[in-house]
Amino acid sequence: MKFKRTLLAAVVGATMTGAALLPATASAETTLRMAYDADPVSLDIHEQLSGGILQLSHMTHDPLVRWTQDLEFEPRLATAWEQVDDTTMRMSLRDGVAFHTGNAFTAEDVVWTVERLKRSPDFKAIFAPIESVTAIDDTTVEFKTAEPYPLLLNLATYIFPMDSAFYSGTDEDGDPKDEIVKNGNSFASANLSGTGPYTVVEHRKGVRMEFERNPNYWDSESPGNVDTIVLTPISENATRVAALLSGDVDFIAPVPPNDLDRVRESDAAELVTMSGTRIIFFHMNQERVEAFQDPRVRQAFAYAINQDAIADRLMKGFATPAAQFSPEGYAAHIDSLERRYDLEKAQALMDEAGYADGFEITMMAPNNRYVNDAKIAQAVATMLARINVDVDLKTLPKAQYWGEYDDRAADMMLIGWHSDTEDSANFHEYLTACPDADTGAGQYNAGNYCNPELDTLVAEANLEVDLETRAAMLQQVEQTLYDEAAFVPLHWQDLAWAAAPSVNIEPVLNVMNFPYLGDLVIDEE
Amino acid sequence: MIAFLIKRLFHALLVMFVISIIAFSIQDNLGDPIQQMVGQSVPESEREALREELGLNDPFLAQYLRFAGNAVQLDFGYSYIFNEPTTEVVLRHLPATLELVAATTLLIVLLSVPIGVYSAIRPRALLSRFFMGVSIVGISIPVFLTAIVLIQLFAIGVTWSPFPADSVWGSWLNGLITTEGGMPAYGRGDPVHVFGTWYTNFASTEGLIYLVLPAISLASIMLPLFIRLIRAEMLEVLQSEYIKFARAKGIRLGRIYFLHALKNTMLPVITVGGVQIGTLVAYTILTETVFQWPGMGLMFLNAINHSDIPLIVTYLMIVGLIFVVTNTLVDLIYGLVNPTVKLTGKPA
Repeated sequence: MKFKRTLLAAVVGATMTGAALLPATASAETTLRMAYDADPVSLDIHEQLSGGILQLSHMTHDPLVRWTQDLEFEPRLATAWEQVDDTTMRMSLRDGVAFHTGNAFTAEDVVWTVERLKRSPDFKAIFAPIESVTAIDDTTVEFKTAEPYPLLLNLATYIFPMDSAFYSGTDEDGDPKDEIVKNGNSFASANLSGTGPYTVVEHRKGVRMEFERNPNYWDSESPGNVDTIVLTPISENATRVAALLSGDVDFIAPVPPNDLDRVRESDAAELVTMSGTRIIFFHMNQERVEAFQDPRVRQAFAYAINQDAIADRLMKGFATPAAQFSPEGYAAHIDSLERRYDLEKAQALMDEAGYADGFEITMMAPNNRYVNDAKIAQAVATMLARINVDVDLKTLPKAQYWGEYDDRAADMMLIGWHSDTEDSANFHEYLTACPDADTGAGQYNAGNYCNPELDTLVAEANLEVDLETRAAMLQQVEQTLYDEAAFVPLHWQDLAWAAAPSVNIEPVLNVMNFPYLGDLVIDEE
Repeated sequence: MIAFLIKRLFHALLVMFVISIIAFSIQDNLGDPIQQMVGQSVPESEREALREELGLNDPFLAQYLRFAGNAVQLDFGYSYIFNEPTTEVVLRHLPATLELVAATTLLIVLLSVPIGVYSAIRPRALLSRFFMGVSIVGISIPVFLTAIVLIQLFAIGVTWSPFPADSVWGSWLNGLITTEGGMPAYGRGDPVHVFGTWYTNFASTEGLIYLVLPAISLASIMLPLFIRLIRAEMLEVLQSEYIKFARAKGIRLGRIYFLHALKNTMLPVITVGGVQIGTLVAYTILTETVFQWPGMGLMFLNAINHSDIPLIVTYLMIVGLIFVVTNTLVDLIYGLVNPTVKLTGKPA
């Protein structure tokens, strides 16, 4: 081994002299080299509703409003908004903003963009409540909904106005430039014009993406001083960390939990972590297992599982243990809900329900989707053994897992969920509402939990424009789900980023995990 | 010769056919590509529409026949993740992999022949034993571990100071076990454009530096094998009558070793080498993943993660083709080295 090292040292030493000649010279340009675990699938920001696309959107476009770190709304392209009546909202738009092409940004672009969103397979469902958008004048738009709709501002965080003139007409193949193509090339998947802080200069898919600062960016108050961004996808966790520690890149995300300590202790990097908003939990299938129809059994499961142990030991503190869907800052979050871990009580509930000797169940979890997902499932299986529940666990790669999930192939299934609207109602609608194939309600409700009263309550909450009243209604839903142990919550997966010490990432990060890189400041040496 | 090549062409077509059937029949187990293409909250009706559009609902035979019909015209379909024809995607990633394999092969050839020959001529020398010991270690360490260790040592650097740093001898010893870091940890850097989709790392110092660590890790798996193989073959040849006879005749040792003995040693080595080049291509999957080397291996893994069936099938077929081509070349070279070998297999 020693020889091998000397040999390597010789080879490396010979090349090192060359390495010293590499461009280390600082230019007047400030460049951010960053590595994410993947690059955006397309330049068409309406093609897929995913983290990668939203991160791209925030670099190349501006939303009408955006979230602050405390989950408040911050005006961007919309400067003011006013609820005209229960179903109408009027927004004033920023004046003097231009797209990358130089075209002026007007209310017509907002109308065009929303209409395109309503055609996008991924976005149309969340934009369904909007009935019409009208341009009143160049800097005013009016949104009309069929019914009172409290989440219009949440939706406005998804409206990144696109350059309607740029995307009009047909491309050289004769296809309309504004078409949304999921599989295949389109004009929009390769060309882009927004109002954002950066333009895309180069996109070599899977290899490298280069951005340059938009010289005419409207936000002259933004402290951001990064001229060029080079994004490299590095899917391998260890390599991504190594690239940061060796100084090959300045900013990485996500930081894998196993390397948190290493990054924290390194002088070459600074680590930022935040409690995320993605809830990880187990569904208990009442259709497959009769015992799960008994709330006492479900509660017993909830009492048998130690969320804190999983968060502390297995996740090494990289998770916030949960007792409910809604993380802090969400409307339905109830501070007083406590994690229940009490083995004696769990056993007592099992006795009471007539399952003192326990029973057998099957369990499935993905093994490459969430942080430590397979290990979490194993830990939960072991915990359930203490109340005499035998678990037959199967873990699958995500590509195969979701098919099984849709088929409800096991009695307990693990899933993680992030609310697209950053709103609590979304959790119930997808995860615990009575399943209904026609409306899409309960699409991921692998527990087959069904409580029509809650569905009605959420439906009413979604018509309630008074946000406080609405929050109270949603909290009632959260409380009921807790009392009936509709699912077993585990934790909110934390987020972690790391950067070189000169890169001040903390102010631009947020729990949604789309860094506002336009405002990023890199210290000049 | 011509007959041989024609036979090989049929051979290649058969291999392609079998691979395509196998790849196609396992596609149902590769997961649902739709899941990878849409967001989590997209309703089932939208998914169904997309599935229909991509023809995923057709029966297996219909899907296969459609694929085969297009494949005959060299159209292997569209990649789901790259939104481009799969052949273009694979060809774009091919140069990176080929360059990595070429650099590795070069490394293996340059190191294994002298070391192998030396340890056969001086089997009991300390250095020979040392080489053998190291090669055992080399064989038993998985390639990704080697890669990660290399990254830690030479990209990040290791500072170790078990010896007193204030004394001259201490800091000297510390310096010996401390590495500087500074080598690139990932990717190909900024390769020089040659033509079309071919970017090369061989044209600049920077490019070559990016090649060093990945090539060493990839070589680490094959190099020990070849050293041991050459040594064993050479030892056997050195025992044979004609070498003893040549020695008795007083022919210069250098001539005996490197002309007479080595030539006969190389025959089995070439056979194994041909097969191993194919294996090397397979091992690039691991190396490329660790180093994020943007070649076919990394692309293939990505395709698997996204259930990109057309891309997976195309990759497997192209790798199959590489196997057939290298084996054909090996057989041809074999004939050059040893003219008594008859390619068509007919008696001479």
